[in-house]
Amino acid sequence: MRPSAVIAFLVLFLVSLLWVVPLAWAVDTSLKPEGQTTSIPPSWTSPRWTIDAYLQVLSNGDLPRWFFNSAVTSAVITVGTVVFASLAGYALSRIPFRGRAMVFWLIMAGIMIPVEALVVPLFYEVNSLNLVNTYGGIILPQLASPIAVFIFKQYFDGIPREYEEAAILDGASRFRVYWRIWMPLSMPAVATVAILAFIASWNNFLWPLIVITGSNMMTIPVGLASVQSSYGIQYAQIMASTILAALPMLVVFAFFQRQIVQGVTGGVK
Amino acid sequence: MSRQARIDLHGYAFVLPFLIVYGLFTLWPIIAGLRMSFSNVSLLGGSSPFVGFQNYSQALHDPAFWAALWHSVEFTIITTPPLVVLGLALALLANRALPGRSLFRMAIFAPFVLPVTVVTLVWGWLYEPSFGLINGYLAQLHLPTFGWLTDTRTAMPAVAITTIWWTLGFNFLLYLAGLQAIPREYYEASAVDGANAWDQLWHVTIPLLKRTTVIVLILQVLASLKVFGQIYAMTGGGPDFSTRSEVEYVYEQGFTAYHLGYAAAMSYLFFIVLLAVSAFQFRLFARRR
Repeated sequence: MRPSAVIAFLVLFLVSLLWVVPLAWAVDTSLKPEGQTTSIPPSWTSPRWTIDAYLQVLSNGDLPRWFFNSAVTSAVITVGTVVFASLAGYALSRIPFRGRAMVFWLIMAGIMIPVEALVVPLFYEVNSLNLVNTYGGIILPQLASPIAVFIFKQYFDGIPREYEEAAILDGASRFRVYWRIWMPLSMPAVATVAILAFIASWNNFLWPLIVITGSNMMTIPVGLASVQSSYGIQYAQIMASTILAALPMLVVFAFFQRQIVQGVTGGVK
Repeated sequence: MSRQARIDLHGYAFVLPFLIVYGLFTLWPIIAGLRMSFSNVSLLGGSSPFVGFQNYSQALHDPAFWAALWHSVEFTIITTPPLVVLGLALALLANRALPGRSLFRMAIFAPFVLPVTVVTLVWGWLYEPSFGLINGYLAQLHLPTFGWLTDTRTAMPAVAITTIWWTLGFNFLLYLAGLQAIPREYYEASAVDGANAWDQLWHVTIPLLKRTTVIVLILQVLASLKVFGQIYAMTGGGPDFSTRSEVEYVYEQGFTAYHLGYAAAMSYLFFIVLLAVSAFQFRLFARRR
């Protein structure tokens, strides 16, 4: 290899190593007995390794409950986002209805609106609807994703009209055309939107923090924020909670790396 | 029914589900928030007395409002250059056909998929003054140690470093995609003209990455100005409110102190700031073309 390639490899290797250290240290800490975590100086090794911290967290804590809440809300949000956005994207791409351009710009304007500026009136509204601390309150505000509509519309725009015309000539209703022809053809777009929506909803912090007021309704990010106070200085358990909380997203990342990368880079273009 | 009318019916039927949720939970709050900002809102359902611009003037005279805004700007200033430069540098390195390239990509991007509180707990433990890994290594090297999150001098940089670890992968990916879109002919042509690697970097690569850099910068600046999670979870805005960001201050006023009207007014002021920054960036980058 040329010397510059060797240097490049070394630098990348070191940077990657550095990047892995924080999570590796968290795993290391989580597998130690509580007393060992606070040894001075800190050490990567321990006379005894144990999964006690994980057992404690799973049996005593609220983590399983938080997992359940995250799973339910993220699943519903993901399916809802894909359905609503693909229906709208299809119409914007393929149905020449009057007022279509205005609807399109109305939705695209939403991409510019920062959620952070809306949480105050949003909370007031959700409170008026008696949805505070409910699944509905968590889910509903996260269903409308203008970016998802944009992704679907772009994708539908790229599919040749012939696919649709044959079916319409055969007398199929628009909905059948959408369901039986377009959706199967758009699996890449569906996958991208679904993965991004799942990750975004799972990791959403600000809104769930605001709308959830009881520990049993917390999603994982919000629940973890309350962990520090309840666990005191039991670092092995804190790190065990962290690793357990990190696993779902790391698994999703491992399996769907391609879709995530495509969604991040393609959606931005 | 006429043909166009039937088409209209179909069209609106398809967009209606989205528009309903969108209207209820994105558009309506914009209007309602404006109304809220002009009153002293009470959650108890009583009357919300109209107070005109009082909330706005109070915000503009509130030193905490300006301090929080400054902290968001400060955070943006110290995180944007490293995130952009390092993202580009790593992408340049990773763009070569090196063994293990996809592993490097995974390692650097993986943190990006983690929830913010996972990141803050892991780094909070690293920053722990007595038992944390960072001070542990510093002490072993006979270097000074710090109370990372409890010292006003180091709290903001500490949060910044955590943020860089968390989000660098995003810029890294964008730059990598931008680099891979540059046709080889450009490099081959410049090599024929006698350019070395350094020349190629400055005169071929970086100019051709301008579009990517614009996107990276716009997204980066906006995201940094809106910072909330890491600061809330790592320092709670402290020590001495030295890290409290704008969004965090709005959150505190709205959901800890329940001054909802006041929080709504500050949200709108902040929204205007963000729009101004976006407009400024668009003009800056559009003009050069």
